[in-house]
Amino acid sequence: MRGMEVELKELYERFRDPEAIKALAFKIEKEAQKLPYNINIMEVCGGHTHTIMKYGLLQLLPKNIDFIHGPGCPVCVMPKERIDHAYILSQKEDVILCTLGDMIKVPGSLGSLQDARSRGADVRFVYSPLDILKIAKENPDKKVIYFAIGFETTTPMTAALIERAKSLGIDNILYHINHVRVPEVMETLLEDGKARIDAFLGPSHVSVITGSKIYDIFAKKYKKPVVVSGFEPVDVMQSILMIVRQFNEGRREVEIEYKRSVTRNGNLSAQRLMEKYFQRRDFRWRGIGDVPLSALGLKEKYSHLDAEKVYDLPNNPIDDHKLCICGDILKGLAKPKECRVFGTACTPQNPLGSCMVSSEGACAAYYKYGNIL
Amino acid sequence: MKVTLAMGNGGEENLELIERIQKFFHNDYLQKAEDATPLDGIEKPVMTTDSFTISPLFFNGGDIGKLSIAGSCNDLAMMGGRPLFLTFGLIVEEGFELKMLDKILNSMAKELKINGAKVVAGDTKVVPKGSVDGVFINISAIGERQASLSQRNIEEGDVLLVSRDIATHGAAIFAAREGIELDNQIQSDCASLWPVIEELMENVDIKAARDATRGGVAAVLNEWARARGLTMEIDEESIPVSEPVKGICEILGFEPLVLANEGTFVAAVSSKEASRALEILKKHNPNAAIIGKVGTQYPKKAILKSPWGTKRFLDMPSGEILPRIC
Repeated sequence: MRGMEVELKELYERFRDPEAIKALAFKIEKEAQKLPYNINIMEVCGGHTHTIMKYGLLQLLPKNIDFIHGPGCPVCVMPKERIDHAYILSQKEDVILCTLGDMIKVPGSLGSLQDARSRGADVRFVYSPLDILKIAKENPDKKVIYFAIGFETTTPMTAALIERAKSLGIDNILYHINHVRVPEVMETLLEDGKARIDAFLGPSHVSVITGSKIYDIFAKKYKKPVVVSGFEPVDVMQSILMIVRQFNEGRREVEIEYKRSVTRNGNLSAQRLMEKYFQRRDFRWRGIGDVPLSALGLKEKYSHLDAEKVYDLPNNPIDDHKLCICGDILKGLAKPKECRVFGTACTPQNPLGSCMVSSEGACAAYYKYGNIL
Repeated sequence: MKVTLAMGNGGEENLELIERIQKFFHNDYLQKAEDATPLDGIEKPVMTTDSFTISPLFFNGGDIGKLSIAGSCNDLAMMGGRPLFLTFGLIVEEGFELKMLDKILNSMAKELKINGAKVVAGDTKVVPKGSVDGVFINISAIGERQASLSQRNIEEGDVLLVSRDIATHGAAIFAAREGIELDNQIQSDCASLWPVIEELMENVDIKAARDATRGGVAAVLNEWARARGLTMEIDEESIPVSEPVKGICEILGFEPLVLANEGTFVAAVSSKEASRALEILKKHNPNAAIIGKVGTQYPKKAILKSPWGTKRFLDMPSGEILPRIC
């Protein structure tokens, strides 16, 4: 791991360098004086929300730049009825349910997977979907169901798991696919028109896979600058500066700040792998509603592997708590602190709404880091 | 040879096991072999109990035996208590290697010496395979207070220190569990703190100390902030974290401040005592540092100040960070 260590050190020294952050803050301040009007930047990805709050970047920005926190948190956008699917599947006899990280603690209408586990269900969380191969091999008499979540970042891993299982002849893995896509939901928010989004901070990891070309429409059709940014504070500050400069220079373009990982065309072999197994489908986003063709599902010829087809699962929409304003937050119409139950009835330990459940959610970030201004 | 259920039956095999254990802890109190042990008068007694269930049982920098004695004696030390007497309950899984048990008991005996404490009563149970994970240990410990360290003494303007670089125990256990191999193995900080606390108390008017076990330094700071209605203001840059620990945290997405320690404490002293306290701490570990001070701006909160002039809450850790690390 020597190579890794050097890289990691570079990451937290170079991209979190206090002098660089201060210098960028100064440049943004200067450049922002020339802005013709106040601008709202939507950071699409929850990872960026986290960076902005954790490193207190809002405290460094001039008053005429504000952030709108976007819907890019895979756990936050899962509707309750689909979380219930996970719960129901975990209760089936001879089933091992596997999923990623935060998903395990999100409550649906029946409870969370953590609750299911405490009631005897075999629920496991994996760091990598490929770990499921081992679980399936060790438990040939059980059905292993992978409850797959995430944006384009995690989708290729699911495709790789399907491919590997097929080539190894492992046939006891089923898939419940909840892979969602970034561009359609961004477009929905713009078309909705209620929130004033002036520019986008483009997701880091999603763009590694998809390439920056998926954002062309936002610059061309909607005239919004998009800067694909890395996750470190220096990345985000640099990206803000690039956005401000676009406004001052009258440009509306897709630019890449995160050049160390993102290209225009992305990871083509990952894209091919996704296309092999998945097709577009409609998806009901928690807080936002139905967005046509904004998600992926298994292709028809793999329906025998599709847990949604193999099992009979209820699909009635389940609404969020009445007092919860997550929908407005995800659409950029409200900030977490405008919510009446924020930090009182709704906390990370007992979340009422989607933005508090995942550590990537805007409410969770505000709660954790305090939004001190 | 392995531990058998027969060794917990109260008969001959049981006696053999007890004798095997006793020889590690030989002292006058134990020798009496009564149902309970009379103790001499203790002035200003302070008492604690703790159970230890760590997985893996043996880790880089210690094992469950060392951890159990250090951990319980540290609780006494943090209250200014000199560790005196301990009892232990040992729950052993059927089939556990006796040689491994000896190793654990030997570690316990070694750590007792460092604390100058004695085992005055013990109990051993053997349970069927699968009922526990190897060995579980419960310790109760009693000590004598030499000074009234307490979070109640913390006031605005006090200075906060840590006794060494943080998060090594949590990082070492996680690396071991996940099979992450590093060039520089991370060694758990597992250690008895009485010697350093004793020296500190003799030389400095120390107000409060708390070992940053589960929940890490973040938990201690939040507990103090809540208990006193004050603000614990921490300079992020001043927190000592070793490079390998930073690396593990990067890979796994943890903050060092919430990872567990087993031989690291946070201390609060008045500002005029701070440099002297640091001097003494540094004699025991060169990475000891002043990390911040006590303020009032955000009541009941711990605040982290970045080197570029921003600040944020340092939250109390919640949820399952690491199961069974102690």
